[in-house]
Amino acid sequence: MALRRPAEAPFLAPAVRPGRRTVADRESILGPLLLAPALLYVILLVGVPFFMAILLSFSSAVAGGLEFSWVGFRNFQVLLSDSQFHRALQNTLRFMLVSQLLVMVLATAAAHVLDAAFVGKRLVRSLLLLPWAAPVALSSMAWVWIFDSTFSVINWTAKKLGLLQGWWYWFGDPGLATVAILTVHVWRTFPFATVVILAGMSAIPQEIKEAALMDGAGFWRRLFHVNLPMLLPVVAVAVLFGLVFTATDFSVVWLLTRGGPYNSTHVLSTLAFQRGVLGASLGQGAAVAIFLLPILLVVAVLLLRVARRAEVGA
Amino acid sequence: MRGRRLGRLLRRTLLYAAALAFTLFAVFPFYWMLITAFKQNRDLYVGATNLQHIPWIFNEPPTLHHVRLLFLNTPYFLWLRNTAFVGALVVLITLLVAVPAGYSLARLAGRWGERLGIGIFLTYLVPPTLLFLPFARLVSWLGLQNSLWALVVVYPTFTVPFCTWLMMGFFRSVPRELEEQGLVDGYSRLAVIGKVVLPLAIPGMLTVVIFAFTLVLQEFIYALTFISQVDRMTISLGVPVALVRGDVFYWGSLMAACFLTSVPIAVVYSAFMDRFIAGLTAGAVKG
Repeated sequence: MALRRPAEAPFLAPAVRPGRRTVADRESILGPLLLAPALLYVILLVGVPFFMAILLSFSSAVAGGLEFSWVGFRNFQVLLSDSQFHRALQNTLRFMLVSQLLVMVLATAAAHVLDAAFVGKRLVRSLLLLPWAAPVALSSMAWVWIFDSTFSVINWTAKKLGLLQGWWYWFGDPGLATVAILTVHVWRTFPFATVVILAGMSAIPQEIKEAALMDGAGFWRRLFHVNLPMLLPVVAVAVLFGLVFTATDFSVVWLLTRGGPYNSTHVLSTLAFQRGVLGASLGQGAAVAIFLLPILLVVAVLLLRVARRAEVGA
Repeated sequence: MRGRRLGRLLRRTLLYAAALAFTLFAVFPFYWMLITAFKQNRDLYVGATNLQHIPWIFNEPPTLHHVRLLFLNTPYFLWLRNTAFVGALVVLITLLVAVPAGYSLARLAGRWGERLGIGIFLTYLVPPTLLFLPFARLVSWLGLQNSLWALVVVYPTFTVPFCTWLMMGFFRSVPRELEEQGLVDGYSRLAVIGKVVLPLAIPGMLTVVIFAFTLVLQEFIYALTFISQVDRMTISLGVPVALVRGDVFYWGSLMAACFLTSVPIAVVYSAFMDRFIAGLTAGAVKG
């Protein structure tokens, strides 16, 4: 983050000014003044809508109209006995946890590969970043085409290799659709985790690595007893961010399956969209989306704790 | 001795194999966009049951047909223009709001700076998937449905918190002594900011410009919620939603649009990725 080069002071001629102090000098005023626009924006357009989201979930508001009527916990009562909602909540957790478990393994491995010296390393590194840097709505469409029911290149390859006897209807089968969604989540978030872990690896003091090597520890021993334990906080940070990305994702699931087949792959965000926007029942939709909050809150608390621990350790 | 040499060779081979495997996994969808965009239809729509026809390569000479169709017969350029319009305004708003705030949090807010900074950063974790419903109501209340202005107003809600956090980090890295020297020389704090601090923060501001712009390019759910008129769409919305006739996807043109849009963005973005990640995980990763 730091400006790497030592900064040089631009030459300033001493100013000749009367000793009058203006707003430009009064830091107790200037500070809040400079901060005010950002604070206002955040309060008005994040804070207020946030509370509106909570209020909406207790209302029977519909899209189009502006009336607002309080219905207490009715939306939530309806959801509790709604199997589609149960499924969406389960899917959200499943997609988050399974994808990030895979990412944890993949990204740690990829970071170790990128930490070693080999020909073409810079190229590999920049190519590995592409999935995370490309607009997710567009790369999801590429996956939709890759998983196409008639023309899927995966099916062709599997058949050619003799791995597939029947046919994979990727978006026609709940299990296969889940695999497809998980694949895209893993593909998209593992570059991010790799770069974070790689940065953490370069922060492990060289002396510790050398000491382990001197003591005759082999590759696996060093990996499991030195590198991985020291990397744990960094891996945790990477995974927690990945959890936020996948928990709040809408585009991947929406573009791949629209929550189908038979509403089996809905997550909270897509179900909220279907109920709140397409179904025009804002209150219902908001109640669904609210369930993201406890999930995110847990992740945020963990994130701040791990971040602090990592900082103390460094 | 021989065993050791063999072990080394094995390890090198494994390393290159792993590097290749990761790269292929990452690049595969982009390759697929590229090859689809330039394939003739009779090469494209063969069906995966025909094992004689290899879908991984061009079996017929490549064609520009799909790209021409995309450029001449779809609103692709209109979507690009809409995106540029929204992006430019959002970048401007973000700079005007986030740069002063970042400085204030880094230098002037004292003990409260840190806490307010974390607070502002936490709002970045409040996701669009929670806010799009209240915004839908707000936008219809303001009469901004199907207007790009709805996006201009709403998009800074995710660019401002992150960019404020990013600028705070940059300003912290400017040595205090430089500013103090200016103050001693009789300049006001504001003049010091203008003459000393901002020129040094130009790399930071450039990063903010790139991120605000790419975040706008990536955004999908707000655009989907607010905009349904095809000629008002942004690129991330129009390509997946409106390049469809009925139930038929025009995969050649669609993949051409995906490739031509996402690869330049991805290249620029990944050049700045390290700064992005350093900003996002600041404090957690001492890189």
